[in-house]
Amino acid sequence: MIEGILVEGLIYGILALGVFISFRILDFPDLTVEGSFPAGAAGGAMTALVLGPKFGTGGSPLLVACILCAGLIAGGLAGFATAEIYHRLKVHPLLAGIITMTGFYSINLRILGGKPNLPLIAGNPLLDTVRSLLNGMLSPEFSLLAASMLAVLVLFGILDFFFHTEVGIAMGALGDNENSVIQAGINPVRLRTLGIILANALAGLAGAIAASYQGFADVNFGQGVVASGLATVMLGELVIRSQYIGVQLARVFIGSILFKALMYAARSWGYLAGITPNDLRLITALLIIGSIALSKVGRKSS
Amino acid sequence: MIEIESARVSFSLGAGEEHVVLKNLSLSVKEGQTVSIIGSNGAGKSTLLNAIAGTVPLRAGIICIDGVDCTRQAEWERARYVGRVRQNPLAGTAGAMTILDNLALASRKGPRRLKIATPPVIARRMAEEVAQLGMGLESRLHENVSRLSGGQRQALTLLMAVISKPAVLLLDEHTAALDPANAEKVSALTKRFIQEFGLTALIVTHDMSRALSEADRIVMMHDGEIIADLSGEEKTSMTVAGLVDLFRKARGRDYAEDRDLLR
Repeated sequence: MIEGILVEGLIYGILALGVFISFRILDFPDLTVEGSFPAGAAGGAMTALVLGPKFGTGGSPLLVACILCAGLIAGGLAGFATAEIYHRLKVHPLLAGIITMTGFYSINLRILGGKPNLPLIAGNPLLDTVRSLLNGMLSPEFSLLAASMLAVLVLFGILDFFFHTEVGIAMGALGDNENSVIQAGINPVRLRTLGIILANALAGLAGAIAASYQGFADVNFGQGVVASGLATVMLGELVIRSQYIGVQLARVFIGSILFKALMYAARSWGYLAGITPNDLRLITALLIIGSIALSKVGRKSS
Repeated sequence: MIEIESARVSFSLGAGEEHVVLKNLSLSVKEGQTVSIIGSNGAGKSTLLNAIAGTVPLRAGIICIDGVDCTRQAEWERARYVGRVRQNPLAGTAGAMTILDNLALASRKGPRRLKIATPPVIARRMAEEVAQLGMGLESRLHENVSRLSGGQRQALTLLMAVISKPAVLLLDEHTAALDPANAEKVSALTKRFIQEFGLTALIVTHDMSRALSEADRIVMMHDGEIIADLSGEEKTSMTVAGLVDLFRKARGRDYAEDRDLLR
């Protein structure tokens, strides 16, 4: 149970990182993740299905890399679409995201070969690879946990480095005050496009991993992920306050694990209070409201 | 060096009507010259700076900076050689980022690299740069800019605008939102940076006496046109009262509240 919560928390934490980058760093309320997350899932699952037989059973690190890349690319493309719609048509970010998300529902169905659901029955390369690599050292559940912790650590290292580079600093400034970026002689359109691609590539990566973890990709994977991602980011912000980007990135994962734990609790013991799985979305919404309200109260008192 | 030739800026009011803000304005500013731009509200002073910076497009005319035609360049492209400070102290800096990050952002113009932005070498250089402001900010490099006072923040914005030694420095009433003491400080810094770096500067101001004392040349605008252009002997012998008179004469009409209009 606990390792399940941790693994899920880490995987969906990658998705929440995407939400954090668009909503918090770029100040760009991006709904695209509802399309880029399932796009990554579909891309990853399809890659596993098509390339899997060529690599044989038991998995292969190279095949895993292909699956993760497929997720990154599929998600990044969705982000690129949103950025182009936003910049060229000069529409509101929310509308740009809704347009992409709507279009990607059909695109994701196409990736999945016209079916709404693609189970990884023939083989699940990502899980197989992790298990075979850590075989004998750890139990299956804990090998998954170790692998996801390692993956998250690597990702954290890359992003923490990125947000300390010139490009990363400029991206932070862009969401804060676009004028300061323009004054530095930087093309704000190109920089924002890069940021939105990055955010959605992360969502796509999370989608590809989630599909492997769940054992299937589904076109409806994306439903509600913006809200759960936001709730995750806000939970993290509620628990840890910091102006340092490294801490801000790390607390997304803490928020994600907390969120998954809360959801698990609501599913497991919610019946005691008359809560059914149907109420989980309402709980997510209330969680966001509560986080915002609490952060406002905290700001006033400090 | 700036050369502006018959610049025209207008906004469409619909139904074929347009509101003209700059009327075929021509202006040539020599390298190293400091020009004060004065005039009543709505005279087109800020629009002139916006046109030079590329914030508003020209309907007609040409703008050259250091001999390069930049009429069609976007604002961010021109920012590589145009530094700018606006009236609002919040406008030029990223408040949720540290002083060091803001300075590092401004110290390099143009595309960014995938290199750590503030290694110790840069941090030391920026501490030296910010020490010039004489506000003790060098010991607060890792604090967020939002924690600075208006005067400190505007001084930082000024430093960020001049740190790359731009071909042109545009100052749009950059001390108007500050209290008198801070306005004095920022003005003194402005003067020092312009002299030290030999900058070409255009300063929009409502402060007549400051315009007279700080600039080599005074350009008076009204209704989108330049109605007086004083330099050399003419400027040296000019007084605040003389400027108001000049304004009245040039308009050929009697404004009862000329002093207020110019303010």
